[in-house]
Amino acid sequence: MPQQVPRLVVVFAVAIIALLLARWYLVPETFGEIGHYRASAVDSIAARPVKYAGQRECAVCHADVVEAKSGGNHRGLSCEGCHGPAAMHVNAPMDTTPVVPRGRDLCVLCHAYNPSRPTGFPQIDPVAHNPRMACNGCHAPHAPEPPVTPRECSACHGQIATQLSLSHHAGLECSTCHEAPAAHRENPRAVRPTKPTARAFCGACHAGGLPDIPQIDLGTHNAGYLCWQCHYPHNPEAR
Amino acid sequence: MAEMTREDGPPSASGRRAFLGDLAAACVGTPLLLGAVKLTDLLAAPAAQGAYDAAEHWYGMGVDVERCIGCARCVVACKTENDVPEEPHFFNTWIERYVIRNDGEVEVQSPNGGIDGFAPLEDPGTVRRTFFVPKLCNHCENPPCVQVCPVGATFITEDGVILVDEGYCIGCRYCVQACPYGARYIHPEKHVAGKCTFCYHRLRGGQLPACVEVCPTGARIFGEVEGRPTPLSRFMRFNDLQILKPNLNTKPKVYYSNLDYEVS
Repeated sequence: MPQQVPRLVVVFAVAIIALLLARWYLVPETFGEIGHYRASAVDSIAARPVKYAGQRECAVCHADVVEAKSGGNHRGLSCEGCHGPAAMHVNAPMDTTPVVPRGRDLCVLCHAYNPSRPTGFPQIDPVAHNPRMACNGCHAPHAPEPPVTPRECSACHGQIATQLSLSHHAGLECSTCHEAPAAHRENPRAVRPTKPTARAFCGACHAGGLPDIPQIDLGTHNAGYLCWQCHYPHNPEAR
Repeated sequence: MAEMTREDGPPSASGRRAFLGDLAAACVGTPLLLGAVKLTDLLAAPAAQGAYDAAEHWYGMGVDVERCIGCARCVVACKTENDVPEEPHFFNTWIERYVIRNDGEVEVQSPNGGIDGFAPLEDPGTVRRTFFVPKLCNHCENPPCVQVCPVGATFITEDGVILVDEGYCIGCRYCVQACPYGARYIHPEKHVAGKCTFCYHRLRGGQLPACVEVCPTGARIFGEVEGRPTPLSRFMRFNDLQILKPNLNTKPKVYYSNLDYEVS
């Protein structure tokens, strides 16, 4: 045997033992039990403290509020969405009290007008809408209702009403173009209001030679299209 | 066969997982056919355990963009629940506002994640469409962040949640770079990667993630992607679904409905 072979064997053996020792000390205890990670990390993450107790916990003591909320427009809201995290309150009800939002700051987070919000979501202009009055002076926060219905259509079609109010058609009543049967209010999807069906309907104003209204010639202006295929009647372009 | 136990495998081995599932079903089914095992014994076994079995779950989230009002209560709840640093740029979930102009130009804004609200639109006459999109970790079935982690500190659990082992992360930022959705950040004090955990500590106790709990309009829907019926499975049955960046083959488990193509 060449004399360098035993030396190499010793060097390799030392290296392998060093590797095994390093592995023994460096690889955490539960590493690889489930996958390529520390299995105990899952349990330590699962043991983090919970801060939002969840609606079910609130209902144990505050069943009356949950009951009041269940029929109203806020039935889908969780208690802690407005009142803040309440796990500490659940564990020791007398020691901490959840936030009771008053004034206008919280409500406008959802209900201030923002054009990016979806169609039909109830929105107000916080500057113009009863300035400096607290929201809960008129609206019960657990089951809010519009206190009065100022215009019948805008109660549901809020975004259309807002757009209309800013448009050149602001002066038109809904009933100028739509006939809404009384049953539409009780059964909005089954009984639909009417809509204009012909170009001549728009033409009554826009091709009738009325002063101060943009005029077109129905015969030559994009014949074959209905007006509302290009123009949105609730917010027509100024062009 | 869908309710058979999910055999765990590397995230990329979905074909193998399905095969192992079938194999397990065959292993159970054959003795049943031969009358060796009573069906009632099999059904009683999981109920008797009662403990949480991660392999029986496979979590995902649905987001209905049409319902999001951009109130950012989810962002606030998430930061509170998970001790996310309050200053901007650290978010497990955040709200983006998309503004699409008539000339097709797309603007995306997320000032402080949406917590402080969104400024009025500039030049509203030129807006074609505008809407809010909640974003969060997509908890990919095929997660690039897990692939690149050099120490095995981030991983996908048996129930399909991507977690970070804070005691083991070395803060090298590879995962922050690898995530195509920008869902990770380096915690400024702990110097480890931070991200959405689907509120894993809440899930194990049978609670919903904090963002889902507080969402006032039900824009976020949580549950099981497959298996037993949950609100998510109903959402997935009745909506046209989209995922973000499907071309990357990350197989996200956050499913969007009513999403515009401009969103990525």
